Amino acid sequence: MFDSLLVANRGEIARRILRTAQRMDVKTVVVYSEADAQLPFVAEADEAILIGPGAPAQSYLDAMRVLEAARAAGAAAVHPGYGFLAENAGFARAVADAGLIWVGPSPDAIERMGDKVNARNLMEDAGVPVAAGTREPVGDVDAAVAAAETVGYPLMVKASAGGGGIGMSVARDEAQLRKAFETARTRAERFFGDPAILLERYVEHARHVEVQILGLADGRVVALGERDCSVQRRHQKVVEETPSPGVRAELRERMLAAAVRAGEAVGYVGAGTVECLVDPAAQEFVFLEMNTRLQVEHPITELVTGLDLVELQLRIAGGQDVSDAVGDVAPRGHAVEMRVYAEDPVRFFPAPGTITEWREPAGEGIRVDSGYVAGNVVTPFYDPLLAKLCVHGVDRPDAVQRAREAVAAFEIGGLQNNLPLFTELLAYEPFTSGDYDTGVIDRMRS
Amino acid sequence: MAEQVRAEMVANVWKVVVAEGDTVDDGDTLVILESMKMEIPVVAESAGTVTQLEVAEGDVVQDGDLICVID
Repeated sequence: MFDSLLVANRGEIARRILRTAQRMDVKTVVVYSEADAQLPFVAEADEAILIGPGAPAQSYLDAMRVLEAARAAGAAAVHPGYGFLAENAGFARAVADAGLIWVGPSPDAIERMGDKVNARNLMEDAGVPVAAGTREPVGDVDAAVAAAETVGYPLMVKASAGGGGIGMSVARDEAQLRKAFETARTRAERFFGDPAILLERYVEHARHVEVQILGLADGRVVALGERDCSVQRRHQKVVEETPSPGVRAELRERMLAAAVRAGEAVGYVGAGTVECLVDPAAQEFVFLEMNTRLQVEHPITELVTGLDLVELQLRIAGGQDVSDAVGDVAPRGHAVEMRVYAEDPVRFFPAPGTITEWREPAGEGIRVDSGYVAGNVVTPFYDPLLAKLCVHGVDRPDAVQRAREAVAAFEIGGLQNNLPLFTELLAYEPFTSGDYDTGVIDRMRS
Repeated sequence: MAEQVRAEMVANVWKVVVAEGDTVDDGDTLVILESMKMEIPVVAESAGTVTQLEVAEGDVVQDGDLICVID
């Protein structure tokens, strides 16, 4: 096991990783930008190194500066968190080349899964169900229109190198496809530096359900249950829960087995997530993509399994055998995560600002992973996630009731935030009944 | 009556679509702001001529800052 770790991230996830590392007596180092100097994660690390201005390209996305900081601090390992450099195979390689331990899967696995077209083909070949779609990236709009004839409408247009819903849209006919294609291409180029576009048959009334996997040092892959991430706005998750109310036992068994096959197909090591679309009426699923890192919503899996996924990541990266810890995992109860964002709760527009008041709910079955405290400035440079409010109950109604109480007790002042959205959702029958899909927020608002 | 177009939040100016002297229609995109990894198009709410343009690509605007004037 290594004795020091650099966390190449910020905000709530940096803090969450620090907590586990410090409990394991691993010395912690963080890098931070000028914009984040006052945030708690900087103060909580054993050592903090300023690496540049607020703009991500000149700080958290600058692989050379992060590596330099790791060398300067004498860190033995690097944990990338999620976002930023977490799924950058070149960075993972550079970390290993510098003689440091990369807390994550091999650069090769990241690369093979990072390209959505490639990942989709790989999964299909491994016997994991995929939606009808293009096996090659689509180069121009006319090729897209031609491919659409075979795949069929409605279609999902997405960046092959993409993630986080950026540039994704649904096209129901040729006119919409032409528009969606151009948007997707511009964004793909800008955000991911790669204009390749993938077309996939869009599944109507689908639930977005993902499986947590863990690749062990001996090559085995285990599945640690699913998370339902169907509550979304702008194709981005807002609320997640486990277990999924739309997945029956027989489907769960098939999904978990497929996720294990997916991990094994790329020799996956460490924590990863296999995202799927589920047709709840048919109890069928298709592979969507694989995230080769710790997932934002990992806490709900931790709440129901009692595992510490970051600890497992660190131990696996440190060469330890963790098979005893995950040998016989039986999830208990029901957990819900709500992503508290600095945004207008009606239009979902970003709302940076200064936090004048910050009081987190506490108590049995409540977990808050936050990145900020009162007095902090939330800048426009990074995503709007302020905190993850997580609750655990004996069953779904219990968890939902606990969520209502926790939302009511959370006090944030000084900037707009989406707590009112949760109050609304937790009183909305399709959500409380569990019978909802990815269109739930749009329908609640229409 | 001149329309003063102002920023509704702290943001980075990602793209300036119009130039001073351009004629715009109601609903035309004037500039595209970026905040918290989201692009926010700022659109004209009246037709007219852009008589004043106060931002350039790469600028940071505060809530309430003047972006441009349409007359």
